[in-house]
Amino acid sequence: MSYTLAVAEAVAWRVLRNVFKNPSLLIPSLVFPLFFFTAFAGGLSRISQVPGFSFPAGYTAFQFVFVLLQSAAFAGVFTGFGIARDFERGFAKRLMIAAPNRRGIVLGYAVAALVRWALVAVLLTIVALIAGMQVGGNGVDLFGLFVLAALVNLAGTLWATGVAMRLRTIQAGPVMQFPVFMTLFFAPVYVPLALLTGWIHAIATVNPATRFLEAGRSLLAGDPQEVLPAFGVALGVVALFTVWAVRGLRSAERAGAS
Amino acid sequence: MKDVPIQVGSIAKRQIVRTVRQPAAVFFPVVFPLTLMLVNAGGLTPATRLPGFPTDSFYAFALAVPFIQGALFATMNAGTDLARDIQDGFFNRLALTPLRGTGLLTGLLAGVVVLGLAQAVIYVVVGLAIGVDFQSGAAGVLVLLLLSALILLAFGAIGATAALRTGSGEAVQGLFPAFFVFLFISSMNMPRDLIPIDWFRTAATANPVSYLIEGVRSLIITGWDPEALALAFGVAACLAVAALAAAALSMRTRMERT
Repeated sequence: MSYTLAVAEAVAWRVLRNVFKNPSLLIPSLVFPLFFFTAFAGGLSRISQVPGFSFPAGYTAFQFVFVLLQSAAFAGVFTGFGIARDFERGFAKRLMIAAPNRRGIVLGYAVAALVRWALVAVLLTIVALIAGMQVGGNGVDLFGLFVLAALVNLAGTLWATGVAMRLRTIQAGPVMQFPVFMTLFFAPVYVPLALLTGWIHAIATVNPATRFLEAGRSLLAGDPQEVLPAFGVALGVVALFTVWAVRGLRSAERAGAS
Repeated sequence: MKDVPIQVGSIAKRQIVRTVRQPAAVFFPVVFPLTLMLVNAGGLTPATRLPGFPTDSFYAFALAVPFIQGALFATMNAGTDLARDIQDGFFNRLALTPLRGTGLLTGLLAGVVVLGLAQAVIYVVVGLAIGVDFQSGAAGVLVLLLLSALILLAFGAIGATAALRTGSGEAVQGLFPAFFVFLFISSMNMPRDLIPIDWFRTAATANPVSYLIEGVRSLIITGWDPEALALAFGVAACLAVAALAAAALSMRTRMERT
């Protein structure tokens, strides 16, 4: 266990050092969520006047939850890009030879992704509050919202880790990114689920991201609904992608990366 | 002088063939804008119930966006290809031949326009397949393709300028987020008069991309709107002239350096 933690600490430290010392890696992950928040909350706020739209905390808060979850998932995906780059440059091979417990490598990347996202989350929250976001939830509700987003971050990291360790090239970027993007956008991004119609409603109804969004929005509004099922689904997705990532690690070992 | 058409044709053919041989360079400019349009239109369909919204089909409203976004992708690919030619020495070898700088630039841009028009035809076909009724009819589709060609020429020249100035594919790719900002802070998802936030509406009004989108959109949802078309063709022509001048200047500098 101590070996696992030692490896995780070393990997996380290295990833964070790389990210924070390299503006080309840090700035896009900070700027893009702010940009999406601005574009959605600013440009589309008239949507809240559509008949049947009801969200007491307002459209800024409605979009904040989506962008918070999106930034969480993509912080994980961006970490997957780093893993793929480590394989391309041969660093991952040296890392796997040196690590006494290789599961610590996955854990280290996950911790780094979480810390990386935490910075984005703080910045996004400050900007949203400055932009006049109304918060109806109490401290416990908000804690629940951020824990839910952290689980989404972990799921995104584990998904991207599994892909990176199987394909071991930065060209796998779209494979990591596209399914996450699609899953998020096939949820009720702009209006509540009840206002969606047709094929998008059918997909959104079975999309796990819908559970996260609706529960997260209810927590922010101070009217928690379907929170436990959302946490249940999030933990299920994390468990599934943990298996995916660990099997990816084994695939990398079999392919001779160790 | 009589060799110029042959030079232009050869370079254009090379540009088309090398793009078609890279599946990712063909796949993403076609699929990504259409996917984004479908998910956005699915989610934003309730917006058509807003008073003053210009159409009852958000798919028709959103179909204008892939034409601009696809041009953006095509341009980035062309700029990256030219930068790669500079990086791997192919440009130096070309400079030793009787090929003129103008021939190279015209050939490259001709290739971009031909490929971009093929994309635009796919967008039209997809639009018809999902039930979009082009209000300006068949003649309007031809005008739409003409406008697309002018936009492709302008964006292509911007990509070529970046490639010639920096000689770096990464620097050209670095333009992508900036273009993306222009796309999102525009009337992409909402008519300007329905954007309630003042600063966003002002930014969208000052943004030339809004006029390009609105010109394309007018042919789809309005019919023949002389003002929207004049603005779109005017903005595209101004961008094209300025970008071509910058590209020609950069080409001369690059040739002298070579």
